[in-house]
Amino acid sequence: MSPLLEISDLHASFGFGENEVRAVRNASLAIEKGETHALVGESGSGKSVTALSVMQLLPYPLAHHPGGSITFQGEQLMAAPSWKMREIRGNRIAMIFQEPLTSLNPLHSIEKQISEVLFLHKALSRDEAHARVLELLDLVGLPEAKSRLNALPHEFSGGQQQRVMIAMALANDPDLLIADEPTTALDVTIQAQVLALLKDLQQKLGMALLLITHDLGIVRHMADTVSVMNDGEIVEQGDLAQVFENPQHAYTQHLLAAEPKGRPDPVAENAPTIMAGHDVKVWFPIKKGVIRRTAGYVKAVDGISLTVRQGHTLGIVGESGSGKSTLGRALLRLEKSNGEVAFEGRSLQALQGKALRPFRREMQIVFQDPYGSLSPRLTIRQIVEEGLLVHGIGGDFDERRHLVVDALEEVGLEADMLNRYPHEFSGGQRQRIAIARALILKPKFIVLDEPTSALDMSVQAQIVDLLRDLQKNHDLAYLFISHDLKVIRAMAHEILVMREGRVVEQGTADAILDNPQDPYTRALMAAAFELKADDTGAVRV
Amino acid sequence: MTRAPEIPGRFLGIRITPLTQRRLANFRRNRRGVWSLWLFMVLFLGSLFAEGVANDKPLLVRFDGAFYAPVFVDYPETTFGGEFLTEADYRDPFVSDLIKAKGWMVWPPIRYSYDTINYDLKVPAPAPPSLQNWLGTDDQGRDVVARLIYGFRISVLFGLTLTLCSAFVGVSIGAFQGFYGGLTDLLGQRFIEIWGGMPMLYLLIIMASVITPNFWWLLGLMLLFSWMGFVGVVRAEFLKARNLDFVRAAKALGVGDFKIIYKHVLPNAMVATVTFMPFTLAGSITTLTGLDFLGFGLPAGSPSLGELLNQGKANLQAPWLGLSGFFVIAIMLSLLVFIGEAVRDAFDPRKTLR
Repeated sequence: MSPLLEISDLHASFGFGENEVRAVRNASLAIEKGETHALVGESGSGKSVTALSVMQLLPYPLAHHPGGSITFQGEQLMAAPSWKMREIRGNRIAMIFQEPLTSLNPLHSIEKQISEVLFLHKALSRDEAHARVLELLDLVGLPEAKSRLNALPHEFSGGQQQRVMIAMALANDPDLLIADEPTTALDVTIQAQVLALLKDLQQKLGMALLLITHDLGIVRHMADTVSVMNDGEIVEQGDLAQVFENPQHAYTQHLLAAEPKGRPDPVAENAPTIMAGHDVKVWFPIKKGVIRRTAGYVKAVDGISLTVRQGHTLGIVGESGSGKSTLGRALLRLEKSNGEVAFEGRSLQALQGKALRPFRREMQIVFQDPYGSLSPRLTIRQIVEEGLLVHGIGGDFDERRHLVVDALEEVGLEADMLNRYPHEFSGGQRQRIAIARALILKPKFIVLDEPTSALDMSVQAQIVDLLRDLQKNHDLAYLFISHDLKVIRAMAHEILVMREGRVVEQGTADAILDNPQDPYTRALMAAAFELKADDTGAVRV
Repeated sequence: MTRAPEIPGRFLGIRITPLTQRRLANFRRNRRGVWSLWLFMVLFLGSLFAEGVANDKPLLVRFDGAFYAPVFVDYPETTFGGEFLTEADYRDPFVSDLIKAKGWMVWPPIRYSYDTINYDLKVPAPAPPSLQNWLGTDDQGRDVVARLIYGFRISVLFGLTLTLCSAFVGVSIGAFQGFYGGLTDLLGQRFIEIWGGMPMLYLLIIMASVITPNFWWLLGLMLLFSWMGFVGVVRAEFLKARNLDFVRAAKALGVGDFKIIYKHVLPNAMVATVTFMPFTLAGSITTLTGLDFLGFGLPAGSPSLGELLNQGKANLQAPWLGLSGFFVIAIMLSLLVFIGEAVRDAFDPRKTLR
């Protein structure tokens, strides 16, 4: 019997002539009925383009296929007429996307959006469709489905939105579901729930699943067969066990070895305190009515006390919206806060403007998004040099140049990059530039706000290694903010778990990781390390 | 890692980044805009040297073994053997004969300045086009071509000055409002709403009855209102950029507010401003023409396109007045709008080269 979906020698290109970008070359894969095939690769490897080619959803005619064939249930999809593709899309092949909020129409109720697929392909009556929508929402486990049919997408949480997307995709019992990074935008606990749901539904309905992801943990948990993509080509393919236990291709080996590993180096227990916060609060007022009366507060950070010691890393763990980034900014006085913040015993809260400037030299920050944190119109030299100019250090033009080169070389970049612009660099290189900018002032304390989250897995590991080396060489104190427990495990000496602006659990890394006390922390660990969905009720859907 | 392209080259000392290259390429792809730019530059540069193109004085006089440059220096008639101590009128046959007797004169292609009255008309003014007056004369016997050349120059210079000044004021205020946001922004926006509601034309008319408007008065009065167009776009860019991480990073480095505005945010807001400018330029020129047409613009006797249109309206029997005024204004504004469109294309990030 021929497989359900067979892609052979697929090519996909964007642009023509000199500007042609060959995004996918010679890709072949086959998916049997009921099977889960994972397409793994780093960003830009062509895995999404491959999936979109199946659905013919690329921006034609700018995108085109110089060759290859795609057969689905024996039918050729390559260059199939558009009426035929419309009949297949959403009906026999369905797709769910990465960002649930942007893939749902914000102006239509969820019932309207789900039943649209039913009206299109099944010609159901209004009542039949209504019943089917309820059945689907029940199937994907959306609580109180009946009363929320008329709700708009923004009234749901991220995990619930993804459930709605899945319900929409399943509406017509597709034979193949393409899931393009279905959980990347979700928190770890929600991610585990959504993955469990997908697996469960797949078994119930017997459909095939093409899972596109960069996360090897998800692959290991979900897939039967795997294709590893790198730079537009499938470099390795086979059963899950075969590829993961005994990788043949160098790139697969590199990818498997790249997960952030190890533990931080041991440090002196009695190191002096660099940064201390006591009962730090950041409340944002909610204004209501014509006269903008303050009706209440969003308590982003609600009374948190912490200390960071020299040479130590304090890891702040929490899911999105838990207030961890706000806390980091409040400690650096980039956000107004109440409570006591002291740097080396000197209080920062009363200082303003110029009086704060000497402290700025001592404490720095590295942001999550390396694309947004570098001024696009300044050269690398100008970006890294700015701190020197502000604080009037580094002498003349040539001496500053030396300092900039030293800082760049310390983070693993080369001196000849000085006069280039940020857009010429990859995400990992940009993050190194951002670290060099923080480092050139020789600070004692650095807030690292999710510095690895926007990066590919193999790059993440390199940045973690770099940060650890820098810490050892300069005896730096880090406040390491992350939602990713794997990275936290590799970096932190102490851990503080945050939820809704409050501390859930606080202690040494070993104590928290090996023996978590709070049910929320336990659910977080289970979701992060074993992709196990929590059903104790510690995590809300 | 693929090696990024070499350090970008320089053109006239200005760094050509790949982004600039892309923009130049996008600009060049708009053929109409490129042609318009060339044509406009030729016309504008030509009109800048209007004194050498249309003048009632010769460019160079050779008289009695010496050279004279009447365009730059005033010579009394007695220099050339005349009778009066006033400045020589080279168009006077008497003076011209005196000079020709002992030397020669080089005339500009058009022997009239904007205020030269042709007393030798065969018909009462306005006179129709002839070999002497290519587009005829206006109702005071002044050459239309000469007035068009000078009028074009003063319109464009006025428009350019007004655009640059209002861009400076508008961008500063927009940057300030957008960067600080909150109450500053709120008060600024309300002020602009009130200020924008003022009837500008009536205000100008009232002011014109109090003072005698000249180039600078008009510029100042119009500047009071024209800066507001820039505030919106710049403010929006600043509101967006002030929360970006690179601004936060600069704050964390201890960079002062003014420097953040100037060095980090403003370059990002300039795209919108530059795109806006050619259209403001066209608008300024139209406003000046309108005021001149109504008689509240530049002082009487100035070469102005609006005044020419007004004469055309008053002398419908002399269609060359209205028609030539119309065509010059229409061509000038079209060129500016075409250039503006090309500039807009050049800065459009979604415009792909294919």
